[in-house]
Formats: sequence, structure tokens, C-alpha cells
Amino acid sequence: MQSASPDTRKFFYEHLGLNEQLLEQCLAAALSAGGDYADLYFEYITASSLMVDESLVKSASQGISAGCGLRVVSGERTGYAYTDDLSPERLLRAAHTAALIASGPSKQQVQGFRESPSAGLYAVAGTGTDAETAAKLALIQRADRAARAYDARIVQVQASFADELRRILVAGSDGSFATDTQPLARLNVSVIAKEGENIARGSSGGGGRVLLDFFLTDKTPEYFAIEAARQAVLQLGAVPAPAGEMPVVLGPGWPGVLLHEAVGHGLEADFNRKKTSAFAGLIGQMVASPKVTVVDNGTMPNRRGSLNVDDEGSPTQETVLIENGVLKGYMSDKLSARLMGIADTGNGRRESYQHIPMPRMTNTYMLAGEDDPQDIIRSVQRGLYAVNFGGGQVDITNGKFVFSASEAYLIEDGKITAPVKNATLIGNGPESLKYVSMVGNDLQLDEGVGTCGKAGQSVPVGVGMPTIKLDKMTVGGTGN
Amino acid sequence: MPTQSSFHITQEFVTNIVAKALRAGASDAEAAFAEGDEFETLVRLGQVEQLKEAGSRGLGLRVFQGQRTASTSTSDLTAEGVEQLVSGAMALVQVTSEDPFAGLPERGEFGMLSGDLDLYYEDVYSLPAVERIEYARRTEAAAMAADARIQNSGGGSFDAATGRKILANSRGFVGEVRRSSCSISAQPIAQSPDGGMQRDYWYSSQRSLALLDSPESVGLEAARRTVRKLGARKVPTQRVPLVFAPEVATSILGAILGAINGNAVYRSSSFLAGKLGEAVAGSNLTMIDDGTTPGGFGSAPFDGEGLPTRRKVVLDRGVLTSYLLNTYTARKLGLQSTGNAARGLAGAPGISSGNFYLEPGIKTPEEILAEIPNGLYVTDLIGHGVNIVTGDYSHGASGLWIENGELAYPVEEITVAGNLKEMLHNVSSVGNDLIFRSAVACPTICIEGMTIAGE
Repeated sequence: MQSASPDTRKFFYEHLGLNEQLLEQCLAAALSAGGDYADLYFEYITASSLMVDESLVKSASQGISAGCGLRVVSGERTGYAYTDDLSPERLLRAAHTAALIASGPSKQQVQGFRESPSAGLYAVAGTGTDAETAAKLALIQRADRAARAYDARIVQVQASFADELRRILVAGSDGSFATDTQPLARLNVSVIAKEGENIARGSSGGGGRVLLDFFLTDKTPEYFAIEAARQAVLQLGAVPAPAGEMPVVLGPGWPGVLLHEAVGHGLEADFNRKKTSAFAGLIGQMVASPKVTVVDNGTMPNRRGSLNVDDEGSPTQETVLIENGVLKGYMSDKLSARLMGIADTGNGRRESYQHIPMPRMTNTYMLAGEDDPQDIIRSVQRGLYAVNFGGGQVDITNGKFVFSASEAYLIEDGKITAPVKNATLIGNGPESLKYVSMVGNDLQLDEGVGTCGKAGQSVPVGVGMPTIKLDKMTVGGTGN
Repeated sequence: MPTQSSFHITQEFVTNIVAKALRAGASDAEAAFAEGDEFETLVRLGQVEQLKEAGSRGLGLRVFQGQRTASTSTSDLTAEGVEQLVSGAMALVQVTSEDPFAGLPERGEFGMLSGDLDLYYEDVYSLPAVERIEYARRTEAAAMAADARIQNSGGGSFDAATGRKILANSRGFVGEVRRSSCSISAQPIAQSPDGGMQRDYWYSSQRSLALLDSPESVGLEAARRTVRKLGARKVPTQRVPLVFAPEVATSILGAILGAINGNAVYRSSSFLAGKLGEAVAGSNLTMIDDGTTPGGFGSAPFDGEGLPTRRKVVLDRGVLTSYLLNTYTARKLGLQSTGNAARGLAGAPGISSGNFYLEPGIKTPEEILAEIPNGLYVTDLIGHGVNIVTGDYSHGASGLWIENGELAYPVEEITVAGNLKEMLHNVSSVGNDLIFRSAVACPTICIEGMTIAGE
């Protein structure tokens, strides 16, 4: 365990001129028109990125972004203002602006701050030294060499390293007070393979809330580079994907994006409070096969979707969404928790200080079952085996969701055969998991590449799954 | 007016940053400033749900040292912040490689269109808060009153924003542009007797408040789009003609934009790389990119590197005649920049279109539908199923089945798939209904030979 928090608070107080009295003043101003609750969200982000392209270090950039978002809640109404000028005058003016969501005399007092303890889910190192830049550069140069060495047909390689350090301070009128320093790093490799007129792409990457040594010991540049090159070369020989309903076996790890789209978004509390989700009113009902248990867990050390505290200062937790096929609960932020009379599950997140928090996923995954992955494949006469995906999307109201397979194979007579071209898979959220007939014993989390979009806000997330078999799903290819 | 910035940033402030970078040892430099204000108003079920009002600003710097380049950005506009911006860039430029194609445009290339192109209207902020709420409320109310099956809603909105950008470089260019926009929208939710829910959305977006469609017409259209989805069913896997409504046809143009983007072209990571001068589409297709249209959502007096924007024919009766290029990608391809550099504050310039569109044909959408005995009218696409490298295309879709030239019943939970190389040759009809609702616009089109995957 480590206590990054006192240092983070010190950073905001000393570096940005904040103090407890100013925070209380701003909250009092925010509640001056009669709001029920107010909070301040300060953010200071340093980010850097490096890219090797055509074996040259073509770009290097770094940036600093700081600001404060001020929120006032009055019943179901939210007033929000933000500023990147953190002077007391500007903060107070923004607080008065947000206050206007309510109208009436002040009725709530600002409570004394009680600081949340930090769970210490990730270590934090210094940033931006020249030595560190050189070390990152060395990583992506290794990736470039490894991808080119994999196969002579690899003709283009782009390797990039992007990381950020996000410091936050959240203070609420209910006395909640939290700080956190959140590292996030990602190494990415994308390649083009060419054979005659035939061209294909491959990409791979990963990371998380990790330090540089993760890429030296756990997942090396070569690991990601070889994976990207392997996918591209494989795609050179891909045949058209089949079209229509068929059994689909999903490999472990990143295919868990299925859960994110099929059930995850539909179980965010705001959609259910407003009854705009296809899952609204289904708590306690079977929404999946009894073999399916799905959780959202923001407390996994070093994971991309993990947080010591969410962006409302609430501790994250493990939340059971579906247990043995039965819908158990929703992911909530403070607002929906209060309005629905349910627990705040620590899922209140936002893209930045410019955005209003809302319920979002952290790391969402299905627990392991008992089937041998080999048996799962052997059980399929004719179907699709999909192991890598691009993005997905869902219409939470009618429940229809898609995700795009970037690496998939035909299964013929229980054996994996030809690789197929990119194809979109489509299903219906509250129905599709009822067709899960086998669940593997091989749960894996993804490599740390997920970014989720909702209402125009992007946040980093994780997904995971064991190998599973869905008895039927619609595969959107062009073949027979 | 939303929160105004503490002190006004002038062109001199930005050119001074360029000068500081040169003094710090840069051989060339380019600085960008951007500021923006926004209002957002969301009303749901007749009650205000969210009000947002704010402003922010930032600086970006790109430096060159010979053929090396690096960039920095910051939201800290104090003297100390600017020092860090410059020193950070100069430290970072040491680690990058000599790239013979790197560098600012040549001196003779800079310039800008005269006039303000009608991009900025003060009236987007002319409404007091109460009236902004009223715009949002009326839009939602019109949708909810339109049909008894609409009893829930994602809300009605009124949003407005303005922005100002300054770009300056060490080769003498300095330019400034202001833009405004405002929009209203409604997202009704309809429910059928069996409990099945559908949502849809409609909006009007303009640079001036005076140009917005009425809240009532936007709400009604949102309701029409939502209710027609109720009772949607799956259809069997088959090949039939697909008619893409303008909103979804536009996304196909978006895929083409990805494929003519110079960054994809010089890396051969586009199915249109190496195809200049070739017939890559049917002779009934002409596509144009024009950054010079007054009031256009994709218009600008100069691009992200300080070159004047221009009009170019990208596809001339099926023949590929131009890519979209910035200075770097043009040099890599041995061509001239097309004035399509895009400059955010962070990083190297990218590429973006101006106003990009498919030239309209002569048939009305109804005439196109009338010719189809059996097919699908596609109204929604979801997912990210385009591979620009191979042209493979596969999307989740919903829409309305076409029977004997008429829209018969709603369809959902299917995919539509093909390959863009073939799709561009298989456009059998182009509608006359070209309307710019954003920077990319496409009329109704019919494409033959694609596969629907369903039951």
C-alpha cells in the first residue's frame, strides 16, 4: 500500500494555490442559491507521447492541462461550470454560475472535510526526465525492430508510447474529500503487411496504470510488435467472413468487449433511473445463462480501468452485475444512487474537468467457468472463432449491440480452420447471453487498450472474459 | 456571455511565442492559440436536467531544429507557462530524428481567403438563460406530443459555442479566425404495446441562431424517426439493393475520407493508395472537397499550417483526382499540399476535410425507392466496421424494408457488408437531396450487391 494522497493534496495546495478555506468558500458559493449538493473537481494532467514511424522518431510531444469543474445538484437538476483559470476570483465566479441551477435561499451547510483513504492500486513515479524520455524511446525502437524482423512482408511499422499523470482533488459539500494521482501508460504497435497487391493491417498494444518497468519485464515491446505483425500476416490469407446466424466461440481477454456492449452500458444506473435502458426493471430476472456471472471491478491493481477513487471522490469497488444469469445490480454514481435509493458503487467518472460525471464502467469481466477451451471449440460443427476485436457500440434502448472482429477463424467439424476477414457481430443485449452454453476455465483480462465513449466523453476501461460459446449470434460477413 | 478569459490574447502574444522559440534555438517555429466558450442546456420530460456554461483556452507550439521536430501544449498562459512550453519543446526536439520531409510550408505557399466566410455570428449567445431552456423544452415537447407511444425521452437540448484561433509561424504567417455554432435536438423514446422500446434523434445545427430550424419541426422529425422503428424485426440473410438515407450515406463518405487522407496514402494503408488517375468508382460519382464555402461547417480562411483553403475535385466521374494532404504528406508523396492541414493544440498537424460531399443526382429519394421491388432502406448504422486498408465494410444496421417500391416494415439486428472498392462501382442511383447538416454531406444513394446478414 502506498499513500500518494498527502502528496497530491500538497501539490494542489502548493503548486496551484488552493487551500481548505478557498474550497469551502467555493462550495458555499455553489450552494448559495439553494442547491442540495455541490462538488469541486480539480485536475492537473501532464501527458507525453513519442512515435517511431518508418523507423524514424517522427514525433515527440508533451502537454499540460489543468482546470476545475464545479457542480451543483438540486433534485434531478445539475448545474455545471468549469474554468482553466484557478484564481480565487474565477473559481468563485464559476461557483456562482453553477449555483443558478437552483433558485431560492441557501439551505445546505458545507460539511467539514473527511479525506478518503487511498487503496494504493498503482505506484507513481516522477515524470518527464530526459532519462525517462530516452527509456521510452528505446522501447518503441525495440518494437519497430521486432515487427520488421518478424516477416519480410511487414512494410510499415508505427510504434508509439503515450503516458499521462493525472492528479485530481475532489471536495464535496457533504464533507467528502479525496485526492489521487493516476498514472496511465500505453505502448502501441501498428503494422502493414504487403504481398503483391494484397495488403493487410495488424495492431497490438497494452499497458495500464503502470510504470515503465512493466514494459521491460511484464509485457515487452517485442511481445506487442510480434502480435501486431502476426495479425497482419495472418490477414493476408483471410477469406470472406460468413454471413448469418451461427454458433460463435469467443476467445479469452479482449473479446470481453462483448460484455461491455451487450450488458455493461445497459446496467449503468442513469439509463435505468430514466428507464431508457432495455434492462430497466429487470433486476432479479434471468438475463443470461446460469453459467454467466459478470462483475465490474475498479479495484484491480495496475489495471487501465482501475481507480483508487472515482471522479466524485468515492472509493471504487467490485460490483456484481449478473450472478448465475440473474441481474443483480447497477453501476452508480452519487446522483443516481441518491435518486434511486441504491448504493453509490464508485462508478462516477468523467473525461476531464470540462465534463459532468456519470455512471461508467471500470474493469468489466465474466468469471471463469469449468469448461476446457479445447472442448468448447470441439463442440462446434460449423461456426466462428473470434479472438480479437476492434471497437463496439450499443443502442441501450433497444439493446442491439455490435462489435467488430479483427481476428477470427472458421470452425469446421470442431477444428479451427481458415482466418476470415473483418466482420461485425450483432446481437440483442438482454437476449444474447442467454445463448451462452459453455464457459471456459481460462479467464483473462485484456492487455490494457480499452477506451469507452458515452455521451461524448471518453474514459479508459478494462474488459475480460474466459473462452465462451454462444449457441447463436449473427455474423456480418459477405461469404456463405 | 460565458466566463470570459482573464486577459485578451492577441496575435502579438502568439507571434512572441514564435520569437521566443527562435531565441531558444529553434530554426523554425509555429504557435497556435485556441479559446472556446460553451453553453449546454438539457431539458428532460419538461424539466431542466443540466445547465453547463464554461470557457477554456490553451496554447500549442511546434518547433523545428533543422529536420527535427517536436511539439508541446499547455493550458497555463502565464509567463511561467509559456517558458515551460518553449523549453519543453526545445528539450524534446533533441530526441527526434532528422526527417528530410519535415518542416513548415515554403514561404510562397501561405495565405488566407479574404473576408470572414460567415463563420461567426454573435446571435448564438443572444438568448438569456430562460429562453435557451425554452428552446430545449419546446423541441422535446414537440417530439413527445407527436405520438401517444412516446412517453419517455432522452431529452431536448439547446447548445451554443464560440471559438477563436490564432496561428503564427516563423515564416511570417499570422492568421486569426472566429467561429460560432448552435444546435437544438430531441431524443424521444417510443414504446410498443409489447414493451419493446426504440429511440431516435433529430437535430438542427447552424452557425447562427437565426438559421436554426424551429424547435417544433425538429421535435416532429425526431418523433417520426422514432415511431417508425417500433415493431422492428430481423430478416433472413440475403443480397438485395440497399438504399442509404443521407445520414448514413454520409458515413460512407467518412470512410472515403479516411482512405484519401494523405497519412494513410503515403503508408499504403489505404485501398485508394497509388490509384490517382484511376477509375476507382462508377462514372456517376463526383466528390468534392471545398473549404471555401461561406458559412460552411468545414470552411476556414486558412488551414492548420497557414495555407489558404481551396476547392478540389477528389473524384471526377469515378476517377480519383486528388488526395487530402498537408505539407508533410504532400512532400512524402511528391505532391502539393491541398490545404487540408488540421491543427489541434497538441502534436503534429493532421488532415481534415473542408466541406466534403457527393454531387447530387436528379432522382428524388422517393423515385429511387420506387424502382426497388425488394430491398432495404438503411436509416441507422452502428459499429466501427470499416477497414480502410482493404476496403472491407461490415456494420450493424437497422432501417425499413422496401417492398414493391414502398417502405413496408422496420428491420433491426442485422448487418450490411461489402467492400468499398466494389461498393463505389455499384452505386446504382444518386439522389437530388444533398443537404449540409455537418461538414460532410451525401444525398440518398442506392448500392447493389451488398450482403445482409440476419436470421
